[in-house]
Parts: sequence; structure tokens; C-alpha cells
Amino acid sequence: MNVSNIPVIDTDVLVIGGGTAGPMAAVTAKEQDPSLKVMLLEKANVKRSGAISMGMDGLNNAIVPGHSTPEQYVKEITIANDGIVHQPALMAYAQRSFPMIEKLDSWGVHFQKDETGDYDMKKVHHLGTYVLPMPEGHNVKKILYRRLRRNRVQIENRYQATRLLKDADGRIAGMIGVNTRTAEPIIIRAKAVIMATGAAGRIGLPTSGYLFGTYENPANNGDGHAMAYHVGADLANLECFQINPLLKDYNGPACAYVTGPLGGFTANSQGERFIDCDYWSGQMMLEFFKELEGGNGPVFLKLDHLAEETIQEIETVLHTNERPSRGRFHDGRETDYRQSMVEMHISEVGFCSGHSASGVWVDETGATTVPGLFGAGDMASVAHSYMLGAFVYGQICGESAAAFAKERDLPTLDEAFIAVELERIQAPLNVADGIPPSQMEYKVRRLVNDYLQPPKVTKKMEIGLQRILAVREDLPRLQATDPHELLRALEVHSIIDCAEMAARASLYRTESRWGLYHYRVDCPEQNDADWFCHTRLYKDENGNMAHGKRSVAPYIVELGEEKDAYQKLRVQKAANA
Amino acid sequence: MPTATQRTSVPVIVDEDKCIADKGCTVCIDVCPLDVLWINPATGKAHMRYDECWYCLPCEADCPTDAVKVEIPYLLR
Repeated sequence: MNVSNIPVIDTDVLVIGGGTAGPMAAVTAKEQDPSLKVMLLEKANVKRSGAISMGMDGLNNAIVPGHSTPEQYVKEITIANDGIVHQPALMAYAQRSFPMIEKLDSWGVHFQKDETGDYDMKKVHHLGTYVLPMPEGHNVKKILYRRLRRNRVQIENRYQATRLLKDADGRIAGMIGVNTRTAEPIIIRAKAVIMATGAAGRIGLPTSGYLFGTYENPANNGDGHAMAYHVGADLANLECFQINPLLKDYNGPACAYVTGPLGGFTANSQGERFIDCDYWSGQMMLEFFKELEGGNGPVFLKLDHLAEETIQEIETVLHTNERPSRGRFHDGRETDYRQSMVEMHISEVGFCSGHSASGVWVDETGATTVPGLFGAGDMASVAHSYMLGAFVYGQICGESAAAFAKERDLPTLDEAFIAVELERIQAPLNVADGIPPSQMEYKVRRLVNDYLQPPKVTKKMEIGLQRILAVREDLPRLQATDPHELLRALEVHSIIDCAEMAARASLYRTESRWGLYHYRVDCPEQNDADWFCHTRLYKDENGNMAHGKRSVAPYIVELGEEKDAYQKLRVQKAANA
Repeated sequence: MPTATQRTSVPVIVDEDKCIADKGCTVCIDVCPLDVLWINPATGKAHMRYDECWYCLPCEADCPTDAVKVEIPYLLR
């Protein structure tokens, strides 16, 4: 079949994004039924793409028998998110967490074990014990790649997905995209699609001003969030921004999860502990922000009190895993963990369910609100997923998508829609004397910082939205001079979409919630009477950005007397101190 | 609207004596998540063509001849 003279590629299951969740989804779909055609599309190269391109130094949410139960985990994550979670989805994760660890272990992923051979669990969360170190976790991507080859998943590298396709019944039908090196378009017809496109990590601007010095892998720019929006899927709780505590300027994690169990902690300029718990939550970030901006600021990672062998162990883990260039960053400034504390700061804002709770809405089967479209990992709405959540929901989506694909015929494509999209994705190549993608990107991301970064102020957000919409008006003048610039230009389209979503979602929820993540100065209180709900953001029938509320599903785990535990993270000083 | 070209100091340094891209090696080019490494047509060697680096290190770690060195981008240093 050809559409606009472009051959259409047919597959049963299409996975978009080959980082963490995507490979697991593709392998799982093949394990379900080896006769299914499964294609994995990746904007970079599956060998080294996504958030864990250099591996990972630990599991941050492992539910290991003998150390914690799924019920305890669901309770803690509910409390850490001020009650707004979909507990059935958290429970599905929690119950599959340990089997997934064992599966990864059998594949050759190394987890830290104690002298008896048990998993060496550490306590970092406020209530329970969920952290499992992986000091040799640098080879995760290699192991995933081997599984993809062994299961005969068809891999297509260097293709950027730009829009999802629907059939006349509103079910998913495939996608359209473009080769990032040749600018040639690609049309894929699929019976089921799994999105694993990562966080929207290029909405805000890092304080360094370097466009690609983001916390997230900058390839994760929010293409998936934009595509889901345009195909009519619900996005949830986008106002619950991701904001993380990081090494200043380097913008990588300070890794209190690694250093905490070894005695390191987050300190103020006096070297004093000011939060009881270094686990990342909105409430913790609000205390972090207050200290950062207060008289005892800024904030530091304190290790200089630790023994030499402990510091060597920390250096070995942190300088070989996840963000291994950290060591040379410290060397350049002659920073030595033994001599001085390391300055920290807060990250730019983003959408990322891996650490916070916003994204494309999915239920406990990984299903979005578009039939046949599934979502896993940082882009989907399951709170605090981290790497293990990406693997588990990759697996869940692989199962769900395989079952969906088996029940239907190849869909019919909407050729008129494809023609319009082909024109959009080629347009920047046909502009002369236009605006370079980097300039337009800088502008919109700078506006996000100026107007949307918490503390959020209504009037400022209204101005910010108008300014972002004004940048959108400039899109017809966006120019790409080669295929690589076209990749960046099309990413700018997604970044503008995400910036607008961030502004509108933040304006919609007229209360404060999730600590710093949605701290509205002019609505400073949490208002459960009106806002104990998920917020929806979606494209209405007229093509406008619309909002709604979604009830929180009845809890399957009650919170009990610990329900306010995350409201009390600041260190309490004794009266005689 | 007219445009200008602007120089920028880039963080990925390729030792052209060690690089074997001219013999068909594309390892660093393949693994870069941001696709910023390309063959320099003038030399046949790999070089950083776009200043869009996440200082993530696969290019350096996977290079078979240790020809690639990643520095921290100047703005962050």
C-alpha cells in the first residue's frame, strides 16, 4: 500500500521509543506470541538511548518480600502524592515489582546482595524500605539489546515519530514520522501502539542556559506528550511538575539515594540536616526550596564527614554509572567530597511520572483513553515509576497490546490526515531566511522559566501563556537547513505544545498541592473539597485545549494514621536545642 | 529575516590520529543519543557538528580506539 507515494509499513504492534520501557514492551509482545510482527522505533539508537543510556545505579522502588509489601508501597506513594493517585495502577506495579527484579536478575542485571545472597535493601523513603543498589548497573542497555535481538524484534533507529494515526472508529491505526538523517517520511500502520517516549524534559531551561544541559536526556523532549494530545488521548495532572534536587550546573542527580544509606545527606550552608528524608517528593522539594532561598541557603550534598573508604565507594558508584561525567565536572572545579560540601540547586520543570506524577493517562492495563494506544515509563501517568516502573509497565503494555492486536484486522488509514501531516513535517525545509530551531526553542523555554516555574502566580502564568502562544504564531517561520535541524524544528513544535499544556494545566487547578510542584502563591491551601481529583487535559472536538476532572478511584489500601507523614519532613528541633 | 553564523566551543574532542572513521567505523556516531557526531567530509574522521551535548559518554566509552574525549560543556564547567 502507498499513501502520497510513500510505501506503508505494516506491523501488528508498534513500540515508539527504545529506552527502558520500550524494549521491555517489545520483548514482552514477542514473548506473548512470537508470530506477531513487533517493531521498535527509536529517535536515537536503541543501543544507547533514553534515560539509562549509561546504566542505572539502583532501583528506587523495589518491593522485596521480607522488606516491604505491595500494600505498604501503595500506601506510601499515595501519601507522597497528597492522595491523588490511581491506586489500582500502583498496585499492579507493586505486585509485579519483585517478579520483574527476578526476571532482570536472570537476564544478567546485577543487583547488590548481602553476604547471605539476599537483595541488600536500603531505606531512603520516609516510611518503608524500597531502595536496592546496583553498583554494577552500567550494562542494562546491553542486556536489553541482546533480548531484542534474541526475540527478533524489528528495530528502526533514527526515526522521529511526529503524529499518531486513528481509524474512522477512533481506534489507533499507526503513526507517521521522519528519518532524522535523511528527512524522509515514514508511515507505519499498526494494530496496536505502545508509547514509551520518556519524559518531557526540555520544557524549562537549566540555569546554566545550555539548552541540552537538562536533567532528563534531552532526546526526551515531550514528543510523546504532544502526539498523545493531538490524537485525542487524555493527559493527567500536568500541573504536577517534575522538579528535582540536583548538583548545581551539572544538573545531574546528587544521588542522595546512593549516598544516604552510606551516611551522606542534604544539608544547608551550616552543614545541618534540614529534612528528615531525602526521597524526592513535592513536599520535600518545598522544604528544599525554602532552605535554598532562605538565610541558611543554598543547599549542599554533605559527604565530608564520611570515612575515606566510604567516599571511595560513593565515587566508584557515582562516577561510573547513570551520569558518569560527574567526576570530571567535580575535577574541573577541584571539588573533593572529602574536603567540601557540593552545591545543589533545583532542576528546570518538566513532565515525568518517573519522579513525579503527571503524564498521558493510563490505567492498570497500560491503556490510554484511545483504544489500542498504550503508554509506559516516564511519559505515562503512573506516579513515581522510576526505572523499575518503566520495566513493569513496559511488560504490562506488551501483554495488553499483543492481546489487542490479535483481536483486530489491519486498520484503514486516513489519507487526508496523512497528507496534511506530511506537509507540516516538511515545511521547515522550505522556509528561507527563517528562525533557527535553537532560537525559537530558547525563547519558549526561557518563557517557561520566567512565568511557570513555581512558586506559581496566576497573573504571571496568564502572561506566560500569552507569550507562549505568541511564539506558536511564529512556527510558520521556523526554518531547518538540513535533516538534523528538521529533527530539532519538529521537537520545537512538541516543546511549544508542552509549554502551553504546562501553563493551562497549572491555571486550571486553583489550589496548591504536591508541595513545590504545584505551589500557587495566590491559592496557597490544599482544597480537597474541590480538587481531590485528577485533572484531565485533552483536545476537544473543536481542536481546542480543554480541561476536566477525573475522580480518584476508590482506594484499595487505606492510609490510616500515617496519611500526613509527608507533610512533616522538616527536621523538628528540640525546644532546648 | 537575515541570519548570522556564530562560533561555539564544543565539548566532544576526537583525536584524529586515533579515529578510524575513515576506515568505516561509525561507533560514536551510532551511539550518540543526540546525533551530534558526524563524519567531517574534509578529513573522513568523526567530529562534533552540533553543540547539543548531554555529556553522557557513550561515544567515549564505546570508541574502539580511545579516540573520543568528552569534556563538560563550557557553560556548565
